[in-house]
Amino acid sequence: MTEIETSQELLVRMEGLKFSHGNRVILDGINIDIPKGKVTTIMGPSGTGKTTVLRLITGQLTPSAGCVMVEGQEVAGLNRSALYALRKKMGMMFQSGALFSDLSVFENVAFPIREHTDLPESMIRDLVLIKLEAVGLRGAKSLLPAELSGGMARRVALARAVALDPMMVMYDEPFTGQDPITVGVIMKLIRTLNDSLGLTSILVSHDVAEVSQISDYLYVMSGGKVVEKGSPEVLQNSDSPWVQQFLNGLPDGPARFHYPAIDLADEMLSE
Amino acid sequence: MAAMLSFFQQIGSKAFLSLARLGRAHIFLLRTFGALPSLWGEFRLVIAQLFSVGVATVQIIAISGLTVGMVLGLQGYTTLVDFGAEDSLGQMVALSLLRELGPVLTAILFAGRAGSALTAEIGLMKVTEQLPAMEIMAVDPFKRVIAPRFIAGFISMPLLAAMFSALGIIGGYIVGVGLVGVDDGAFWSQMQAKVDFYDDIMNGVIKSVVFGVVATWIAVYEGYEATPTTEGVAKATTRTVVHTAFAVLGLDFILTALMFGGL
Ligand SMILES: Nc1ncnc2c1ncn2[C@@H]1O[C@H](COP(=O)(O)OP(=O)(O)OP(=O)(O)O)[C@@H](O)[C@H]1O
Ligand SMILES: [Mg+2]
Repeated sequence: MTEIETSQELLVRMEGLKFSHGNRVILDGINIDIPKGKVTTIMGPSGTGKTTVLRLITGQLTPSAGCVMVEGQEVAGLNRSALYALRKKMGMMFQSGALFSDLSVFENVAFPIREHTDLPESMIRDLVLIKLEAVGLRGAKSLLPAELSGGMARRVALARAVALDPMMVMYDEPFTGQDPITVGVIMKLIRTLNDSLGLTSILVSHDVAEVSQISDYLYVMSGGKVVEKGSPEVLQNSDSPWVQQFLNGLPDGPARFHYPAIDLADEMLSE
Repeated sequence: MAAMLSFFQQIGSKAFLSLARLGRAHIFLLRTFGALPSLWGEFRLVIAQLFSVGVATVQIIAISGLTVGMVLGLQGYTTLVDFGAEDSLGQMVALSLLRELGPVLTAILFAGRAGSALTAEIGLMKVTEQLPAMEIMAVDPFKRVIAPRFIAGFISMPLLAAMFSALGIIGGYIVGVGLVGVDDGAFWSQMQAKVDFYDDIMNGVIKSVVFGVVATWIAVYEGYEATPTTEGVAKATTRTVVHTAFAVLGLDFILTALMFGGL
């Protein structure tokens, strides 16, 4: 395993992070460092707790042990107003889109701008149109979320996440449900936004080939633990069976495709 | 013995959970009150909700008020005429509506029409992660979502109850004077003479204000606390209607006892 250079300034640190839903342990002591100004990707099988990690970073969930530090502050220890002050600097693209169903596409993207700035209407309009143009949906600005396809809704969510040019953006599976052309555009968009605005990006994705191209660092999670981390090249050459299984999409290996269960034959015979 | 113990255990745990729920509902109400000042200058939000909460309920309230008043007119007449007191029909219709039926039926109809819609709307915002998304954007859902709806319900209820009573009186008039032949002048003059502004009208208004707070509180709370699944929202919607009906009927008894004496 290669360490992420310790000289790097870190925006987010997770140390010994544990989280359970009831009796089910989801995260079992993970350490993840997110360096400033870079694109860091968290990969892992479905249901390992990647979205949960993002929820812990934004303070929607509280860890049962360990801590999440953002800009040197422990998220779980913040009161509501401090937490909201921190969240103003974060943008998040939800896996489900989470668009406001009573607002048009335009108003969805304008929402954070209206809430947190006093910009004149003409400027809000320009800002929103620029963001919508970047995701290719300027023409869809007056549609309601119910009139969008899943992929379109996610692109609007992406535009909304970056509407205020936050210090840090989290993308929860931005490529899912997009056609190859859009995937290419979104990849470029994430990288360009990151570099030109000096953001820090956290990406959650399964798309190995895509994220290898645009990420600076990768973390592979499995079974509630981080099983490998490093730059894309390091991971490609890793001899860890976890990583090879995941990168090459093999059904058998240390990571399990199945949700924990008893043997299929046993279950069928037990009837 | 063991079965009995577990029976009591179950009662205990049910009671404990209900108590915890009641506690959360009160914390919720305090947070809603805390968010109210932020609505100053955001009248747009309140007006939008007044429209969907209040105006949408007008139709059902108008129809119900009119029909209830017509039934009151007919039933009242058949009883009063035996005593030769059919001239008091106006008084009887007005008092029943202003003191009891207006506020109570309006609140229960409100729960079925607007309260259930509020719960479902807020619950679905939770299911589709709109509320978490709002929180991540550092926007307090209590300010954006809960408080405007709460105020809209609070303002709408007394107005709807007044409308219910007014239309009910018209319904009673149509049947009493138009159909069964009570004297026109007597109908109104008896009503004017016997209905007291403070004792009858104001007490009715106080009731509908109390019911407005309770009905809207239950509706927005159930939506906010709903389990974020389709089934959870469906259950929460049902709870809104049932709990509001019980709360309104129970409170009505207490308020009536306090206002009109007897206890
Ligand atoms: N509210 C909940 N109650 C109980 N368990 C939950 C709850 N939410 C999530 N989980 C469990 O937590 C685990 C991690 O969920 P999470 O959404 O973080 O997965 P993920 O890595 O983002 O998966 P995917 O790639 O499919 O989005 C899942 O196995 C899920 O079963
Ligand atoms: Mg996920």
